[in-house]
Amino acid sequence: MKPAPFGYADPTTVEEALDVLSSEGEGAKVLAGGQSLLPLLSMRLAAPTTLVDINRLPGLDFIEAGRDGVRVGALVRHAALLASVEAAGVQPLLTRATANVAHPAIRNRGTTVGSIVHADPSGEMTSVLALTDGSVTVATPGGPTTIGWREFFVGPLETSVHGPAVVLDAFFPALPARSGTAFAEVARRKGDYAVCGAGVVVTVDDDLRITAARAAYLSVGLVPEVHDLTEAVAGRTVDSADWAAAGALARGLVDPDGDLHASADYRRLLVATLTERTLADAGAEAVRRALEAS
Amino acid sequence: MTTKLFGEPVRRREDARLIIGQGRYLDDIGADAHAAAFLRSPYAHARVVDIDVTGALDVEGLLAIYTYADLTGPLAEPLPVLIPHPQLTHPRTGYPLAKDVVQHVGEAVVMVVATDRYVAEDAAALIEVTYEELPVVVGVDAARAALHAVHEDVPDNVAARHHQETGDVAVALAASAHTLSFTQYVERSAAMPMEGKGVHARWDADDKALRVYTSTQASTSVRAAIAAKLQLSLEKVEVIAPDVGGGFGVKIVHPWPEELLVPMAAIALGHEVKWTEDRREHFISSAHERQQRQEITVGYDDGGRVTALDVHIWHDNGAYTPYGIIIPIVTATQLVGPYAVPVYRVQVDSVFTNTVIVTPYRGAGRPQGCFAMERTMDRIAQERGIDRAEVRSRNLIQVDQFPYDQHLTFQDGRPVIYDSGDYVGLMDKLKALIDWDSVVERRADAEARGRLLGIGMAMYVEGTGPGPYEGGHVQVLGSGKVLVSTGLTSQGQGHETVFAQLVASELGVPMEDVEVTTGDTRRFGYAVGTFASRAAVMSGNAVALAARGVREKALRIAADVLEAEPADLVIEDGLVQVKGVPGTSIPLRTVAVLSNPLRYAFDEAAKQATQFAGPGDNSKPPVAVGDAPGLEHTDYYSPIRSTFASGAHAVVVEIDPATWEIDVVQYAVVHDCGNVVNPMIVEGQVHGGVAQGVGGALYERMAYDADGQLQNASFMDFLMPYASEVPPVVIDHQETASPLNPLGLKGAGEAGVIPGSAAIASAIEDAVGRRIAAMPISPTELYDLVRSSAADRVTNTDPTLPTLNTGAMA
Repeated sequence: MKPAPFGYADPTTVEEALDVLSSEGEGAKVLAGGQSLLPLLSMRLAAPTTLVDINRLPGLDFIEAGRDGVRVGALVRHAALLASVEAAGVQPLLTRATANVAHPAIRNRGTTVGSIVHADPSGEMTSVLALTDGSVTVATPGGPTTIGWREFFVGPLETSVHGPAVVLDAFFPALPARSGTAFAEVARRKGDYAVCGAGVVVTVDDDLRITAARAAYLSVGLVPEVHDLTEAVAGRTVDSADWAAAGALARGLVDPDGDLHASADYRRLLVATLTERTLADAGAEAVRRALEAS
Repeated sequence: MTTKLFGEPVRRREDARLIIGQGRYLDDIGADAHAAAFLRSPYAHARVVDIDVTGALDVEGLLAIYTYADLTGPLAEPLPVLIPHPQLTHPRTGYPLAKDVVQHVGEAVVMVVATDRYVAEDAAALIEVTYEELPVVVGVDAARAALHAVHEDVPDNVAARHHQETGDVAVALAASAHTLSFTQYVERSAAMPMEGKGVHARWDADDKALRVYTSTQASTSVRAAIAAKLQLSLEKVEVIAPDVGGGFGVKIVHPWPEELLVPMAAIALGHEVKWTEDRREHFISSAHERQQRQEITVGYDDGGRVTALDVHIWHDNGAYTPYGIIIPIVTATQLVGPYAVPVYRVQVDSVFTNTVIVTPYRGAGRPQGCFAMERTMDRIAQERGIDRAEVRSRNLIQVDQFPYDQHLTFQDGRPVIYDSGDYVGLMDKLKALIDWDSVVERRADAEARGRLLGIGMAMYVEGTGPGPYEGGHVQVLGSGKVLVSTGLTSQGQGHETVFAQLVASELGVPMEDVEVTTGDTRRFGYAVGTFASRAAVMSGNAVALAARGVREKALRIAADVLEAEPADLVIEDGLVQVKGVPGTSIPLRTVAVLSNPLRYAFDEAAKQATQFAGPGDNSKPPVAVGDAPGLEHTDYYSPIRSTFASGAHAVVVEIDPATWEIDVVQYAVVHDCGNVVNPMIVEGQVHGGVAQGVGGALYERMAYDADGQLQNASFMDFLMPYASEVPPVVIDHQETASPLNPLGLKGAGEAGVIPGSAAIASAIEDAVGRRIAAMPISPTELYDLVRSSAADRVTNTDPTLPTLNTGAMA
C-alpha cells in the first residue's frame, strides 16, 4: 500500500499552479486535503505523474457569507465550514450537511471544494451544491470561469473540467425567504458514506402554504440528483401536507443501484423515509422563518 | 502501597506507554532494514504457469526476487500442519511461496526485497505471472455441493469429519415428545487487529545467529519453526514478540510464510529485512473465521426440556488447514453450553473453499456453537409457548451437579468436565440486570416512539486455559527489583499488570518493584502461546508458583540470618521479618545478595556476600547440595484439563420500522471466570469481546463474490463497528473458583464475543416477529426478510410477552 512514484510541486501562485498543470498534462492531479486522493494513491488505484499541492496558494482559505450566498475557498476544511456561524446563517444546509461528513480527523484535513471536485455522488457537499443550485469558480489559463453544478458533475468521480484547471471556490446560493431546510442520512456506521442521504428545501408563501419542495439525494445516482417534489404537497400547509406522498413520489423518481451495503429496493425505501422526515422538518422551519420575517 | 493486590482493580501499567506512542511495535523496529513486499495471487484458484521477473530487474533499489524455485530444503516443503488429528484425514497446507497452484486470492507467489517498501512494490508491480484459471469454490454450500474440487486429490472437499456422540441419538429422538429440525448459517468475519502481521529479521554473520521480531502470539513456537525450516540450531535463533497491536487469534497461526521468508532473505542478503503487512494483505492473506451451515434436530418434552440433540455442521475451513480441526472441535464440544443434554450427537464436516484460511478468531468456534444451542432454546420456547428464560432455566445444569461430565473430548484432547459453576445464579443475575420481566412496558414505550423493541438472551460455557503448560521465572535482584518472565506473548491484554499483581501478592513486594517480560525467547524458552483464554490461568498460575518458590527460598535464607524458623517469617513491602517481633527483619534485596555467595565484590551490596564478609559455617559448602545460587525460581503449571468459565448476555434492540436500522440500546453481561485477579481488566476484556460480538452480529462479513474476490477488503467496506456502534455494557460478576488450579482462575479473554450473535438474533426476532436464521443481519437484509412471504413468522405464545409485532410488516 505504497503509492507508485510521482512528482510533487507546491506552487505559491495560481498562475504557477496552472503552469505546472499545463506542462504535466493529464497525468497531474491537484492535491488539497488529500482525504480521497491519498488512499487511491496508496492502493495504486490512481497513479498521477505529479501532485500539484495547492495548500500554499494564497487567498483560498476563506468563507465569504454574503446576502446572496456563501462562497467557500478551495482550502477551507470541512471543520471550518462546520464551525462557521455566518455560513449557517445564510445557508443552513452547509453546516447540516457538513456535520455528516466522515469523522473529525477527516473533517480537519479534507476540504469542502476538494470533495466537490472529487464528484462522488455519495458525498454530502456535491448534493448540497446541487440542491442550492450552486456553482464553482475555475481558474484556467484562459482566465477564471464559473460552472454551474449541472454542467460540472458529469459522472461518478468525473467533472466537466479537463486540462489545466484549479477550482478556486464553490458558491452556495443563500436559502430563499420563507424557506426551511433539513438534511439526514442513513449510514451503516456513524461517519460512513451514506447508504442514502437526503437534503431538502421547502418554501411557503405569505399564507404559509407550500410553494416548493425540492430534494437532493446522496448515493442514489451517478451524479447528484435534485428532484422537484412540489406537486405532492403544493398549496398545503405544512401541518396538512402529505409528506409521505412526497416520499412516495421521490421513491418513484430515483433509480439507485444496489451494492454491498444496500439493495436498490432498500435505497428506494430510504429515499421515501428520509424524504418524508426531512420535508416535515424543513416545512416546520420554513413556517418559523416566514413568521419571523413577517 | 499494599502488596496484597489479588482481586484489586489495579490500573494497567502498560497503558501509559501504549497510548502516548511509546509502544514499540514491529514497524518501529529496523529503520534501516531492507523491505520485503509480496506479489500475491489475483485469482482464487489457478495454476501458476509462468513467472517473468525481467520487467522488474531494472528497478533501482531492487535487491532480490524469490519464487518457489528459490526455496530449498525444508522451506520447499509444505507449511506444517500445526495440530494433527486422526479425523483430519485430508490436511492440506500451502508452501511459503506458491508452487504449482494457488488456492485463494492473496496467496503469496513472489517475494521482492528492495531498499524500501515503495521500491519493493514498484518492482512487484512489474513482475508478470501467467495463470491458468481453475474452477472456484466459494462458501460452505458450494464446498458441500462439491461440484468442483478445491484440492484435486481431496474427495468432496472434505478435510475432516469430526464426530462425537454421548448416546444413541436416533433412539432418543424417536422417544422424544416433540422434535424440531432447522438449518441456519453464520457468516465469516475476522480478527482484524489494528496492527497487522509483521516480521523483522537480523542475521549476525559472525555469530551465525538470527534474531527475529514478529508480531505473534507464539514466539517460542515460531522460533522452533524457523530453526527447523532454515536448518539452524535452536540456540542460534531468538524470537521476540515486541508490543503487539492486537492478535485475537490470527497471530497464533505460525509460521506464516513471511516468518520464514523474511529471515531467509536476511541471511541471504546479510542485511536486516522487514515486512509489515498492510491492511489489504491482512484481509486477503491472513485468516478469517466463523462461516458454518448448521443442521439441527432437537427432541424435547412438553416442558421444553431437551431430550436429544443431533447436530450436523458444515464448517468452511478455507483453502488450507494449518491449524487442524480445532474450530470444529470447539464448536462441537462447546455447543451444549450450560445445559444438561441427555443424548448428543455432533458431526462437523470441515470443508475446503478457495478463500482465505480459517483459523481461530476470538471465540474460535464457540460463537457458532452458542448460536446453534441458544437459537434452539428460543425455538423450543416459541414452540412450547414458554418464556425463553424459563426454557433455559429448565435445562440448566444445577449447582450440585459439578463437576459435570459432558462425555465429550475437548480441543486439548482431554474430557469436557465442567470443573465448577453456578448457571442458575447467572440466569438470576442476568434477569435482574436487564430487567427481563419489564419488557412488556418497554415494548409499549418503544411503540409509542415508533420503534420496535425486542429482547434476547444467550448463555455459554467456555473451556478456557487448556494446556499443555506454561512456565514462569521470578528473580529478585540485589537492587530489590523483581524480574518476572513468562514465555507466552502479550497483545495488549494487560499481562504486565496482572502478572505483576500476582507476583507482588505472592512475594510480598511493592508492585512497582516488579518488572514483567513476556514472549521473549531470550528470557523464557518454553511456552505454548496466548490463545483460548489461557494466559491468566496458565502463566498466571506458573508465575505465582515461581513466586512461591522464591518466597520459600527467601524465607530459608532469611531464617538463617535472623536465627528464626521460616514458618515464623513474613514478607511485607519487600521486608522479611519475624512475625510479632518488630525490628527483627532483613530486606528481601539483601536476601537476594546473600543468596549468591561471591568471591568478587562489584558494589557495596555485593560485599555482604563475599567470602570474608562474615563468619560462615565451615561444615557446609557455600551453596548447599541441591540448591542453586541466586534468589530465583522457575516453575511450570500444567493443568489436568481445561477450566470452564461461563456467562450470560442479554440485549435489548430497538428497530426503526421505516429504515430497519437496528440499535442495540441495552447490553447486559453476567460473567464468571472464577477468581478475578483484576476486575477492571476482566471488564475491559468483556467490553472488547462485546464490541466484536456486536460487529459479528450486525456489521462484519467477508463479501466474497463467486470468483473468490473479496469485495470489501478495506476498512471502508468491512464494517468493523466504531465506538459509536458499540452499546454501553453493564456487567455483573459471579466468582466460582476453579478447583483445578492453585489460584482458582478461569479464562476471561474470549467470553465477551461468544453470545453476541445469538442474543442479538433473538432480540431482533422478538422485535420484528420473523425468524432470524442467519447472522450477521444488516438493515437491508432485515428489510428483505420482513417483506418476504417465505420468511418464517414467529408466533410467540410466551404468556409474558404480547403478540409479536408481525402486524408492523403487513
